[in-house]
Amino acid sequence: MAATRAIEQKPAEKQDIPDKAVDAAKAAPRRRPRAWRWADIGEFAGSAASALLLTWLIFDRFLPFRIQGVAFVVAWYVLTLPIYWLVVRDGHGPVTARDRLASLLITTGAAVALSPIFLVVGYVTVRGLGVIDFSFLAETMELTGPLSEADDGGLLHSLIGTLEQLGIATLIAVPLGVLTAVYLSEISGPLARPTRLVADAMTALPSIVAGLFVYSIVVIRTGWGFSGFAGSLALTILMLPTVTIAAEQVLRVVPGSLREAALALGSPYWRSVLLVVLPTARAGLATAVILGMARVVGETAPVLLTVGGTNVLNVNPFSDYQDNIPLFVFNQIRSSKETFVERAWGGALLLLVLVLILFVLARLAGGAGPGGGRSRRRKGAAK
Amino acid sequence: MESNDAEGSTGLAALGLGEPPDPPGPSNPSDPPSPPGPPGPPADEGPLADEGPRRIEARLSGSDRFYRALASTGAGITLLIIVLIGVFLLLEALPAFQSAGFGFLTTQPWNPDSVPPEFGVAAMMFGTAITAIVAMLVTVPLALATAVFINEYAPRAIRAALTSLVDLMAAIPSLIFALWGLFFLVPWLQPIEGWLVAQLGGSLPFMRAVATGSSLFNAGLVIALMAIPITTSIIREVLSQAPRHECEGALALGGTRWGMITTVILPFGRTGIIGGSMLGLGRALGETIAATLILNIRFEIKPQIFETGGITVASGIAVEFFDAQELGLSALMAAGLSLFLVTIVINLLAAIVVERAKSVA
Repeated sequence: MAATRAIEQKPAEKQDIPDKAVDAAKAAPRRRPRAWRWADIGEFAGSAASALLLTWLIFDRFLPFRIQGVAFVVAWYVLTLPIYWLVVRDGHGPVTARDRLASLLITTGAAVALSPIFLVVGYVTVRGLGVIDFSFLAETMELTGPLSEADDGGLLHSLIGTLEQLGIATLIAVPLGVLTAVYLSEISGPLARPTRLVADAMTALPSIVAGLFVYSIVVIRTGWGFSGFAGSLALTILMLPTVTIAAEQVLRVVPGSLREAALALGSPYWRSVLLVVLPTARAGLATAVILGMARVVGETAPVLLTVGGTNVLNVNPFSDYQDNIPLFVFNQIRSSKETFVERAWGGALLLLVLVLILFVLARLAGGAGPGGGRSRRRKGAAK
Repeated sequence: MESNDAEGSTGLAALGLGEPPDPPGPSNPSDPPSPPGPPGPPADEGPLADEGPRRIEARLSGSDRFYRALASTGAGITLLIIVLIGVFLLLEALPAFQSAGFGFLTTQPWNPDSVPPEFGVAAMMFGTAITAIVAMLVTVPLALATAVFINEYAPRAIRAALTSLVDLMAAIPSLIFALWGLFFLVPWLQPIEGWLVAQLGGSLPFMRAVATGSSLFNAGLVIALMAIPITTSIIREVLSQAPRHECEGALALGGTRWGMITTVILPFGRTGIIGGSMLGLGRALGETIAATLILNIRFEIKPQIFETGGITVASGIAVEFFDAQELGLSALMAAGLSLFLVTIVINLLAAIVVERAKSVA
């Protein structure tokens, strides 16, 4: 059996190769091991079709229960695998069959892993789009009760809260994080090792534990009570290690020759850092900051424990309860009233848009990478 | 005078860039104690490292001393904050540890504020472990397939787009995945789970369930969505460093693509795969909101993973903190601390493994 197959196979391949060689002639014949041929697609389509028919046969004729959409698709897929394997094995041998089967499995795995993002974005957009309008952004929930219409009320108070808390957290975490990164990568003194270690360890801190910590110390022990500032502190704790580690990695990539050139010209250390190292790394630093913000803007667990949550607009983050978009969504979704759930989807869409904006900003800032700043600088020097 | 210096330095710095010497080398002398370089650089950079800093180190101007002090203070504050958090967590948790003793690890109910306080993390830790195991069983194969697909199968044109897509997935807040899971995924899966439970519940004890839906299994599935992106991006990064000439050698010897992947890429990236999965596990363990929204809170160990009801450490804290009195708060701190210790050990191990996988390349 195997021998005949091998004999059958060889002429087929030999035919193929001369064909290609003739086509490409002398102009550097290029082998394309990954190219698909129509016959391959045909094999796959045939296997899928026969599996489909077999599945239909099993589900509709043999089994006592009616066809269920998902189960049908899963059974179809599972049946396709051995049929496809047998077909390819018959035509090309077991090695190729294993390769094709693996391609199919890996492609499916990637599709399954990546499809949720489209489903999530699509689902949130569909459910939230009808809710978001101007009044949703401009009103608070102060006068909205369970009997109000779905288009009543809004999340102005939460939006303000999110902006203020995120702003304060950024104002604290970014200077501290960048200074620490400068220390780690430029000075590298005796504190560097322990700081890097604990910063690494700190990225493992579950966000709820950061919230619980601030709740216990700031909200309860000091008697300050719930406030936007407590929320900012919890977000700072989460942001600080992220910003520090990302910024340090960016600073490390700055070529040492730049620093040495600055120092060789007699510039003091602080000037070489301030005018050479940091500007060279600015794109990466911006990315680090924005990624830090994107990481915390959607954090629900820590603000749940620290901000309090309210339906009333409170502009002062330093005293009294504030709200926050993730918290707004969380509180509304847990209500059993349909109108509240609708508003939660509006909030979720707004949150998604905020994250997308931050993500695109980070891409734009970091798209050039550390090299982008350099090339711009070189142009400036050439002038 | 100083501004002139600066202008000149940036100009020359730009010029200095023109010459090709490898970037990682020269950065070494500026931070000698950094560990990553030991295997290669010291041999050829040794003399340079000795000469470079020596003269410059000699004179530190006043402004430089100020800059050093400032940066050191920044690093010191960061270090202090982080250490203080650890210390305070421990101090706050002590009363609970003292009150519960070893029972803290074995008790299931959570009534720290009742008159004889009775509480422990057994149920919470069990739920956390089950959700994490389910999440990992889903995450690891899918993340591995996605990473291999992006590196080896995807057309070159969409490779960068797919990589950004994974990054974007990592940036989406867990709250949004949790909402989607609650309203879309769980209702969609419920009939399938119901059918599985009906068919297999008789023979397999852990498949039995009175009601499905708000179960540990579903919470684990949603948590997997949050572990997939980070695991994928780390595995992809490590696998992309597999030596290209060996891959091409495998293909040139007549190997198929799958043969190349199994003989070159996967053995090369084994440590990276383990490390990436552990980082994903760290993420899965600390996930709060998905478990809080999806689980029907029940403080008991229930091996039937498809049955409604359960609790994880993180969701337990989120649910219990508001009513907690003095000892209750301390008990929550103790639960949080134990979770933190578990994740910290996993993350540090993962960081070491990933670092090793990257430095091999």
